[in-house]
Amino acid sequence: MSVAMKNLKTFPGGLHPPDNKQWSADKPIEDCPMPDELVIPLAQHIGAPAEACVEAGELVKKGQLVGTAKGFVSVPIHASTSGEVVAVEPRPHPMGKALPAVVIKPDGEDAWLPGLQGGDPASLSPVELRDRIRDAGIVGMGGATFPAHVKLSPPEDKPIDTLILNGVECEPYLTADHRLMLERPEAILGGIAILQKILGVKRTCIGIEANKPDAIEQLTAATSDLPIEVVPLQVKYPQGAEKQLILAITGREVPSGGLPMDVGVVVQNVGTCTAIDDAVRRGLPLVERIATITGPGVVEPKNLRIRVGTSLQYLVDQCGGLKGEPAKIIMGGPMMGMAQLSLDVPATRGTSGLLLFTSENVPVRPEGPCLRCGRCVRACPARILPTTIAAYARLDLTDEAEAYHAMDCIECGCCTYSCPAALPLVQAIRGAKGAILAKRRKG
Amino acid sequence: MSSQLYLSSSPHVYAGDRTEQIMRGVIYALLPACGVAVYFFGLPALVTLALATFGCVGFEAACQKAMKQPVTVKDGSAALTGILLALNLPPNAPWWLTLLGAFVAIVISKQIYGGLGYNPFNPALVARVVLLISFPVQMTRWTAPAPLFSGIDAVSTATPLGQAKESVMLTGSLPSSMQGGMGDFLLGNMAGCLGEVSALALLLGGAYLLVRRIITWHIPVAYLGSTVVLAGIFWLVDGSRYPDPLFHLLTGGLMLGALFMATDMVTSPITGRGQIVYGIGCGILTVLIRLFGGYPEGVSFAILLMNAATPLIDRYTQPTKFGYVETKA
Ligand code: SF4
Ligand code: SF4
Repeated sequence: MSVAMKNLKTFPGGLHPPDNKQWSADKPIEDCPMPDELVIPLAQHIGAPAEACVEAGELVKKGQLVGTAKGFVSVPIHASTSGEVVAVEPRPHPMGKALPAVVIKPDGEDAWLPGLQGGDPASLSPVELRDRIRDAGIVGMGGATFPAHVKLSPPEDKPIDTLILNGVECEPYLTADHRLMLERPEAILGGIAILQKILGVKRTCIGIEANKPDAIEQLTAATSDLPIEVVPLQVKYPQGAEKQLILAITGREVPSGGLPMDVGVVVQNVGTCTAIDDAVRRGLPLVERIATITGPGVVEPKNLRIRVGTSLQYLVDQCGGLKGEPAKIIMGGPMMGMAQLSLDVPATRGTSGLLLFTSENVPVRPEGPCLRCGRCVRACPARILPTTIAAYARLDLTDEAEAYHAMDCIECGCCTYSCPAALPLVQAIRGAKGAILAKRRKG
Repeated sequence: MSSQLYLSSSPHVYAGDRTEQIMRGVIYALLPACGVAVYFFGLPALVTLALATFGCVGFEAACQKAMKQPVTVKDGSAALTGILLALNLPPNAPWWLTLLGAFVAIVISKQIYGGLGYNPFNPALVARVVLLISFPVQMTRWTAPAPLFSGIDAVSTATPLGQAKESVMLTGSLPSSMQGGMGDFLLGNMAGCLGEVSALALLLGGAYLLVRRIITWHIPVAYLGSTVVLAGIFWLVDGSRYPDPLFHLLTGGLMLGALFMATDMVTSPITGRGQIVYGIGCGILTVLIRLFGGYPEGVSFAILLMNAATPLIDRYTQPTKFGYVETKA
């Protein structure tokens, strides 16, 4: 192994859940076939949902605008294949309720909108590059789905000197970014060049956890004569959390309540990077992504290139179907993913994975009293006191929870993971955060 | 399939260790010390261990039944308290003393506060101190070890710390000769409470706790370290009056206290920093009580006093939160 495993950079706190990536890590990305119907939600990102600009009965091409951005922190939505719009109506959404979506019946041609044109990043200005990224609907593809162009528009008084590419993929089970780094390094490098030009940074780093030595090796070789550092990182959850990644690589701590730009850093996921390359060089809007379909509940785990709007049921069918009764359907990884009510919801731009658990993976865990064992405290990367905040949250003592810095919680789930008394700590803290925000809004 | 789907929010996976596994781990770690106790003190030791354990479990179950709460003795915490209590009793404690101790530990110092996790003081230590104050004669009637099958009859004697204290009180200096040497102290061939005799067996258990990550190094290292340093200073000042640090380490309840009693999670600080402050406090108090207090042994009092200080320590030793460290951009 060419990666020295000692003295790797990391952050304080965190833990080592079994990574379970072996199921899909060696599976090359496959193209997911065309489903009978695509349900494309208008809310797939953080910020204002897009507004539909097509009507039922209209014919659309792949890449055609179907929803326009509403405001600066918002992105447009595009058709992920060609066909007929059969409905614009609320449909079940991964967030748990029915939300407006454009439903397309594919015509089987999968024909791109004529006139989509790539450009040479060298001859485009930073502003033109950023506009292309915005118009292509690009969001953070690690799962956060924050509009990429917003992060690329730092205010004058926040100079950016460092760009960090997030190839950590610290969530157990997921291997989509890993495969992407192995299979599309040239697109990642292309995206980096565009980001470097927009931001004018001095330093560019690709952070990768040391459990992906092949990706580290490949990207190190590919960047040998580029101004890009590949930084192997200690294997520890949540190494890929934005603030923890910045701390590990630059030694800078994003101030409480602040953003990466406050310490001169922009972080983008490697998947976002390839999408940016496709958008600028090839003129393609964001209509597909890589997702890992895995877990003990599917027959054959895979990494698939999926169209936005494909139903989870269809994805599972492409992986040999269900193995046993599913007990939990998780969109995303096991530490931060969202449990789903059914497989009849669409994959979105933020769907990094689909994880299926059977009843054996969903242990019955009766709650006990807090032993004050300190495990949650030691694991907390925000270095707050999860047990104390959760105790206040359970008593609805919102002010006390806030005084103990509930708002600094990054909801990584390390506390709940490590608690021997099975206390739902992050769940309680999330509740407290909601209550604190509600209170602040009331003023 | 929808009837079987779980919708709980993230995370969806969990670490292996549950409360009962932690309790069981501590019980395993105490087995060597229990073995040594039975070896040196024979049947009475076994009876005391059994009585204390079943007594504690019984009182816990009875209490929870009476208060119409779910009975949680399966979590192992009551059994653990029982074993710790037995290890804090003299070898030939009368049966009623042991049961009374179990009552004090479980009912008075645990269940009344709301059960596991809510008791401010270490239950086994509260029981020991209550018994010591109420029944000083029975609680300090020590016997010399009479190894199993050795045919030796148990004879009364004093603990090494007791001998030292008495001599210092009467003559102003340490006894000229002690029963037993450091080797005996290490193995446990001396008088004392059941669990206080063999430092080696306790260290073995402590190592297991560290390896299983049930405890961290902070409390034992801070406690033992500060004891050695402070005792060492006194010894250097006047070696004829103050025993050497090794003697402090190997006799009395220090090992048991530092590895198993002070490390009780419920009653000690929650952060590493707080645990170091707490451990140092335990060490200083132990030495001061041993050298200048009315009792020859100070471990129990020291730990209970630091238990009382735990909420305060916790308040002032919170971790430095992420985003509050000044770093230069
Ligand atoms: S309190 Fe928040 S940041 Fe800390 S471990 Fe729990 S979820 Fe993570
Ligand atoms: S991990 Fe659970 S039992 Fe341990 S201190 Fe935190 S909340 Fe309490």
